[in-house]
Formats: sequence, C-alpha cells, structure tokens
Amino acid sequence: MEQNESILRMEHVTKLYGPNRSEAIKMMKNGSEKEAVYKKTGCTVALWDVNLEIPKGQIFVIIGLSGSGKSTAVRCFNRLTTPTSGKVIFEGRNVHEMDKKELLEYRRNKISMVFQSFGLMSHRDVLGNVSYGLEVKGVAQSKREKIAEEFISMVGLNGWEHQSCEQLSGGMRQRVGIARALVNNPEVLLMDEPFSALDPLVRRDMQFELLQIQRKLKKTVVFITHDIDEAFKMGDVVCIMRDGKVVQIGTPEELSMNPADDYVRDFIESADKTKVLTVRNIMITPSCVVRLGDSMDRAILEMRRNNLSSVIVMDNELHPKGMLFIGEAIQARKDGKTIPQVLQTGINAVAEDTLISDAISIVTESSYPIAVTDESGTMLGIVTKASILSSLN
Amino acid sequence: MDWLFNFPDIFDLDTSAIDNAVRSFAVSAEGMLDVIKGGLNGLVNFIGMILMYIPWPVFLLLIFWAGWRIRKSLKSGILYAVLIFLIGAVGLWNLMRTTLSVVLASVAIALVIGIPIGILISNSEKANKIVRPILDTMQTMPVFVYLIPALLLFGTGNASGVIATVIYAVVPVIRLTSLGIRQVDKEVVEAAKSFGSTKGQLLRKVQIPQAMPTIMTGVNQTLMMAMAMVVTTSMIGVRGLGMEVLNAVNRIEIGRGLVAGSSVVILAIVLDRLTQGVVPNKRKSTEKPIDSTKNKKDGGPENGAK
Ligand SMILES: Nc1ncnc2c1ncn2[C@@H]1O[C@H](COP(=O)(O)OP(=O)(O)O)[C@@H](O)[C@H]1O
Ligand SMILES: [Mg+2]
Repeated sequence: MEQNESILRMEHVTKLYGPNRSEAIKMMKNGSEKEAVYKKTGCTVALWDVNLEIPKGQIFVIIGLSGSGKSTAVRCFNRLTTPTSGKVIFEGRNVHEMDKKELLEYRRNKISMVFQSFGLMSHRDVLGNVSYGLEVKGVAQSKREKIAEEFISMVGLNGWEHQSCEQLSGGMRQRVGIARALVNNPEVLLMDEPFSALDPLVRRDMQFELLQIQRKLKKTVVFITHDIDEAFKMGDVVCIMRDGKVVQIGTPEELSMNPADDYVRDFIESADKTKVLTVRNIMITPSCVVRLGDSMDRAILEMRRNNLSSVIVMDNELHPKGMLFIGEAIQARKDGKTIPQVLQTGINAVAEDTLISDAISIVTESSYPIAVTDESGTMLGIVTKASILSSLN
Repeated sequence: MDWLFNFPDIFDLDTSAIDNAVRSFAVSAEGMLDVIKGGLNGLVNFIGMILMYIPWPVFLLLIFWAGWRIRKSLKSGILYAVLIFLIGAVGLWNLMRTTLSVVLASVAIALVIGIPIGILISNSEKANKIVRPILDTMQTMPVFVYLIPALLLFGTGNASGVIATVIYAVVPVIRLTSLGIRQVDKEVVEAAKSFGSTKGQLLRKVQIPQAMPTIMTGVNQTLMMAMAMVVTTSMIGVRGLGMEVLNAVNRIEIGRGLVAGSSVVILAIVLDRLTQGVVPNKRKSTEKPIDSTKNKKDGGPENGAK
C-alpha cells in the first residue's frame, strides 16, 4: 500500500446556506469572518474553499468545534449534501457529476456512513438493519442474512440478531451502525461523531474496537469528532477545521509539535499530550558515552567531567548493556576489575515509539535515566524524570 | 349620509349563472358522471353484500376477536361485541350494515386518494404549497355547500353521499400521512439514502413504516369524520342509521331519534377503539438499555433471551 495514495479528494469545496449567496462570497473573498457574513447577509458559510486528500487505508480525522462544518464536509463525500461549488473526487470521478445510477452504485458499493445518533430503523430488528444495504442492492434474503451475521459477530453482537434496536444500549446500537456500514464491503467508511453520544467508558471500548477493525479490514475511514483526545487516538492524519475552513492537516505528532496558529494550539493544549507524544519527542542526547570496552579510568573521567553518578554503558553497536555507578567504578578500579564485571545489567529501556503516557510509570519509578532505543535496540537517547515532567505542561 | 350605512352593490353577481354552469356541466359530462356514479354505487353494494353474507353471530364473534387481539384485552372484546349486539337488539341491525357499507366505501376511497397525496406533499415543497390551502378550505367549508353540487352532479343516493363524505373526511389522512413522513428521523432517512436506496425503496422500506403510527392516526380520524357525516348525508338520500335519525327528527319522535342516534355513537366508538388499537405503539416503555461491554464478551443475551 502506497503511503500517500489518496482515495477521496475535495477541491475548493464551498457550501453556503441561506440567501444572498453572491454577496456572501464577495465578503468572504475580502477576508470577512463567517460570523460577520451571517450578520450582514443572513447566509451561513458552512464550508469555505476546503481542500482535502483522504489517504487510502488510513483513518482521517476531522475535528473542530460545533458548527465548524464537519458534518457538512463529510456529507459532501457521499452527496447527502451538494456543495455550492467545488469538486469531490472519488478515484478520479466527480461524485457530484454522477448520474442517478452511478450515484446508487457508488453509495451501494464504495462508501457508507455511520451516524451520531445511530440512524437505526426502529421498525427493523438488528439483522434487518445490518442487512439493509444488501437488501436495497437486491441480494437474496438468505445470502444477505448470512453476510450480515458475519458482521454482526464481528462487532460482538451475536445472539442479538432478532432484538429490536430500541432495546439496545447506546454502545450496542452503534455496533449495529458499524456492522450495517461494513456489510457492503465499502472502501470508505464515513463516521460523523459516531461515539459522541456514548458515555466515556463505552466510548473507549468502541474506539479501540474500531481501531482493531480498521487495522484488520484496512478500510479508509473519515472520522469526525469534536474531542481532541479521540482525534489523536484514532487519527493517522488529523484535519482541524474552524468556521468552515481547514486550519491545519497533519499527523497528531506534527500538530502537537508545530501548531499552525493559536486556535490549533488552544485545541491541542486541551488534549492529553502524553497520549500523543512518544518518548522520541522528549528524549535527550546523553552527555557522555561509555562503551563496554572502555577502560575504567575513562569511564570515571567521563562521569566526573559531566557531573554524573551513573552512566548507561553501550556495546559497539550502541545497544545499552547496563548501568555503571561511580562508587562501584572507583572500587573496581582499585580491585583492577573491568567494566563488564561490575556492570548492573537488566536495565530498563523503552522503544522510541512508546507513548509518554505508557512510559511515565517506568521512568518515574526508576532513579536513573532510561534508555530510548529503536527497533534494532540501538540507543537513541535517554529520558529522565525531568524531561517527562516538563512534557506534562 | 345613507350611503355610509348601506354597503354599495359593487358586483352584481349572478349566482344563478354558477348554478347553470354546474347544471350544464352535469348534462354535458353525463356519461363520465354516470360511470363514476356506477362505480361508487358498485363499491357500496359490494361491501354491503359482503356484510350481508356474514351471519350476525359470526359478525359479533369477529368484533369480539378483533377487540381482543387489537386491544389485547378479553374485556374489550366482550364489551365491543355486546355494544354491537345492542344495536341489533333494538332492531337496527340492517340499517347499521347499510351505514357501515357507505362509511367503509368512503373511507376506502379517502385512503386511496389521501395517502398518495400525503406522500406527495411530504416530499415536495411545491405540491405542499398548492395543496395546503385546498385542505384548509375543505376543512372549513360548511358541509352543506358541497352537498348541493354533489346532489346536482350525482343525484340523491349513495354516490353523492360517498363523494361528500370523502371530501369531508379525506383531509386528516392527507395531513397526518404528510406529517408522519416529515417527522421521520432525519438521520434515519440519511442512513437509508447513504446505503443507496432509490426514492421508492426509501419510501417503502423506511419512510412509510416509520410514519405508520401517525398514518394510522390519520386513518382513524378519517374514519371518525366519515362517521360524523352519517346523519348529514342522509339528507341527500343515503339510507341507514342516519336516515333513521333524520326521519325521527322530522317527525319529532324523540325516543326513536335517541335510539338511532345512540347506535351511531356506539358504532363510532367501537370503530374508533378498534382502529386506534392498530396503531403500533412505540415500545419505549420496555426499553431497558443493556450494558454492551458486559454482554458482548460472553457472546449473547442472557439465558437465550431471543
Ligand atoms: N440544512 C442547513 N441549513 C442551514 N444551515 C445549515 C444547515 N446545515 C448546517 N448548517 C450550518 O452550517 C454550519 C456547519 O454545520 P455542521 O456541518 O453541521 O457543523 P458541525 O458538524 O461541525 O457541527 C453551521 O453554522 C450550521 O448552522
Ligand atoms: Mg455535526
């Protein structure tokens, strides 16, 4: 899978609601704010010149405050909303130029949607809801029920097929919503704040399960949320929207490290950074380097020079091997021992992509710096209690 | 100063010209009107014939069974059967059957016309703008005003009665069908569309089933309004319980009027209860959210609750 291949694209998409559109467009072009335009013309600018590329097989999160145009944007992708101007391109075709038949085909096979308040049909049971997408396609009953069963059990609802949806809890209803959206084997899954109506515990489970499902099925997901923690948790790429405009697009890490403006910064401040940043973002380069083959004299000199009471010792491939303490080193020099003989092995190292939230306990429980290594075990740097604490605020 | 208190005649309207127009229309369209009249009479007679071939004990049993099933109470079933039995017991069985066949024919026609119109105006703002004022007019226009043209066009008898009744009773089913469809949850409609439903599929598989409770309320109201026309239409020659009331009033026979009138009321109440019970009530009361995280791990409802 090509990393940056895009499957869906928005080009200069603008959506206006209400009267006096041409005047509103003029005002927007002169740099007016959405609020001012509405006061003057009564026209709501839901989207303004939005350009997006949705990468194939990844989770693309759109986040923004309420009213920033997220729902409008996501509905342009499957043409539940028609933009005032601009193009929405799916695999080279403009979605809004499709004729009736093409549109049906597109919605039936390529793209499906999960809704904030679930959008379940209360007159149908779980099975009837999940198999709906197959039913409108004309798949025979026995076949569509078999396929639906498969997805019902994927979301963990086996045994509930014939229950009325109204008897299910919120979390279970959204599982039905997800199964229903997957049943046509679409390439793109649109999710408009799918977990916003759920309570926090259920929500966490659902986020995790969605991630699992997405990694397994490799679907492209456009995920809307107003919760920055959720955005960073789910998103491979996160797009921040404000007043109908895209403010910044990037990986969670990029957004955390280089927020484009104060709006993004404020948004991210409210996030729990330890869930986004990894130890790589906060590690420091060790000030002294001691190798297994070095003489004790050199090791002591290095520590003295850098005012350290201990040092991480590495082998020639820069794999951390253990801790050497100044007291023991001095004693060892008297006894004529070598570094490997007095080394305290079994030290803690963390992988570079460990989230800070996961590294906190290891680092704070240890009295010494912790080594940060890459996949091959090569040391990249160290994290200390101090660096963790400073990342928390 | 006189002119200030006497409103000047500005238009000298010749209402007799309207009468003539209607009359000449009646003459020139005689063929078509006869076909309609024949159709309407045929429908009423057909329903009347079906009712006639049901022996009265079977009819009572049907009422009992419907009351029991629909209201989910044995008591209701018995009560309705007894009430209808009373109508027969005072000697009005045949008149009731006649009334019922006119009412049912009118309601059937009202539904066949009303539900599609309701669907149409729920989906089109334009159609809605045109139809609304017509509906308002139909509802506020005194019934007698369209009894006369009905009489002119179709003469006395069941056909005129059915037409007047349909005009009067069709409004609620149109309004409530349209309302019900408009009220279907927006996300549910969006969901259906997003899975690639055609307009017809959306209507058949989602909007109408979701709007069913409201549509059924409309059906119930239409039926009740048709019942309310029973006495009125007897004035243009529709036979049945209404005619009995009318005759009693004309001859100032209070007792006879009371008995026949009560029969109309009883019939109306029973029909009302039966059609109200059909409305699928939302199962909100039985709703008890189940914690998803607990149950899904052990893979199903407790004790095979399905
Ligand atoms: N059907 C509509 N008619 C008029 N204005 C609308 C309509 N839908 C959305 N809007 C307006 O467009 C803006 C964006 O709305 P929406 O996309 O729902 O935002 P979000 O999902 O981010 O909360 C809001 O200001 C909203 O009031
Ligand atoms: Mg929204």
